Amino acid sequence: MPMTITEKILAAHAGLESVRPGEIVNAKLDLVVCHEVTTPPAVAMLKKLGITKVWDPTKILVTPDHFVPNKDIQSAELTKSLRQWREEQGIERYYELGNHGICHALAPEQGHVHPGMTIICGDSHTTTMGALGAFASGVGSTDLAAGLATGELWFRVPESIRFNLEGQPPRGVYSKDIILEIIRRIGVDGARYMAMEYRGSALPYLSMEARFTITNMAIEAGGKSGIFPVDAITEAYLAERTPEKGVRYESDVDAEYAAEFFIRVDQLEPMVALPGLPSNGTSIAQAGPVKMDQVYIGSCTNGRIEDLRIAASILKGNKVAKGTRTIVVPATTTVWKQAMREGLMDIFAESGCVISTPTCGACLGGHMGVLGSDETCLSTTNRNFTGRMGHPSSNVYLASPATAAATAIAGGLADPRDYLPEDCNFTTAEQQLWGV
Amino acid sequence: MTMPTILQGCAHVYSRAHINTDEIIPARYLNVHEEAELAKHAMEDIDPDFLNKIQPGDFIVAGEDFGCGSSREHAIWALRGAGIKAVIASSYARIFFRNALNNGYLAIECPEAVAHIKNGARLELDLEGGVIHAPDSGETFTFVPLTDFAKTFLEAGGLLPYLVSRLKGGAA
Ligand code: SF4
Repeated sequence: MPMTITEKILAAHAGLESVRPGEIVNAKLDLVVCHEVTTPPAVAMLKKLGITKVWDPTKILVTPDHFVPNKDIQSAELTKSLRQWREEQGIERYYELGNHGICHALAPEQGHVHPGMTIICGDSHTTTMGALGAFASGVGSTDLAAGLATGELWFRVPESIRFNLEGQPPRGVYSKDIILEIIRRIGVDGARYMAMEYRGSALPYLSMEARFTITNMAIEAGGKSGIFPVDAITEAYLAERTPEKGVRYESDVDAEYAAEFFIRVDQLEPMVALPGLPSNGTSIAQAGPVKMDQVYIGSCTNGRIEDLRIAASILKGNKVAKGTRTIVVPATTTVWKQAMREGLMDIFAESGCVISTPTCGACLGGHMGVLGSDETCLSTTNRNFTGRMGHPSSNVYLASPATAAATAIAGGLADPRDYLPEDCNFTTAEQQLWGV
Repeated sequence: MTMPTILQGCAHVYSRAHINTDEIIPARYLNVHEEAELAKHAMEDIDPDFLNKIQPGDFIVAGEDFGCGSSREHAIWALRGAGIKAVIASSYARIFFRNALNNGYLAIECPEAVAHIKNGARLELDLEGGVIHAPDSGETFTFVPLTDFAKTFLEAGGLLPYLVSRLKGGAA
């Protein structure tokens, strides 16, 4: 029976020849990722039931990320309990402060995610890790507890939607613009319960980092997972990080899809999602002038080194506008160090940005840049719901790091194409490496 | 089933689509996970008066894609802690629905009911029959009865008690 990549991964982990969308299967897990907000409740549930051991400490990764460094006493207690638990359980893959990072950025970066894996984490943006050809889906604390205890979890096999990304992204257009356009087209529940699979002639232009941004936001379209097929770019990324190659699955040519969309990447313009929903996307030209109190560059969506390089290339030699405080939050410690080595930190500091240690921070209205009443922020994060970054009357606009940097300089919504230096195009390290 | 199959309570209608988990329980309260604590802030950003309006056993009636956004199970705990017995919505976001199932919490899908039920209406929910009855208006709405899969979890009190009983029972 013809199957999609996602169906093949789930079938293999459920010990079945084949699976169909809608079927409920029990799948073995390869990796469970844990952070300090949703893991302590899961641990408490297990304790209550008298389950004292996780199924396999070598398949669990732990990092505090949401409220680190601890923002208050309660969050200090959460990270403390996470730390104690991981010690009790002998979980070696632990990233303490100083090595920490936002879990969805950290796990792939540190080489823990391989093609063909099944991965869960008590966090909706777990979909990010699917960019490496894995099945990765966000779950709640009960699922997390079940996964930690048994190494298995029930899944309803999702239908897949196929997105054909076509053409080379024009100057000033990035993967964030692609995913904002997709969500604008299909809506915040357009892929509800489904796997979002990406294909097409644009893929060679999308670095792994760019792909993570796209799969990160699968959940913003209601998706269960997002997945890219494995190619030379995936393999190069893996080779730098792990000896593991994983299992490479391809969708069969006659696999069935619930829907198919064509996205003309070469015709896209820089996008911005207006406050309220990630689906409120529009081209930057149509959004009109909006003054910004804050610009936030970071998160599991756009806090990777490529994002910081793009933002720095625009900020270099410029100052952020008075009245537009600009916060840069590298997603992981490795990204933070790399940015320092490359001189990006100097550029940010000289232009008047504030640089934070890796944290989810203000992305979820935690700390390090929470918005006050009626304040407006342009953010490279992934959701702009009411009160997401602070006061319920604050407003969040979503855009790419390039648009964020341009907006920081202008003090209000700005088109990155007006600020990008001539020699800076979509070119990334990986593309140079692979000569595409 | 271990829980009563007829539930009675009042409807609190939030008919908008995409009521998200940031609205059900804002992230600023995620530094705790005790149900009673979370309950104090349930729905606070969407309706500051929510807790004054509801009685234990009441229902939330909501539009499409209820519970979209974050995976925080805290959303279920906040509603359950506040005394909301079940949510009746036109449709649900995936993780919220899954969390509800896993908690043995009722998330009922019934777009017709959502389109017609008035705020404050008394409701009777017949779980076995798959019927929502509004005695004051005389209206009756049917929903797809719970699947056996969902019932297994409901009966056990959630995924974890179910797993434990299965382990104890020695079944594979
Ligand atoms: S950066 Fe934001 S979206 Fe990503 S895991 Fe943290 S809180 Fe969630």
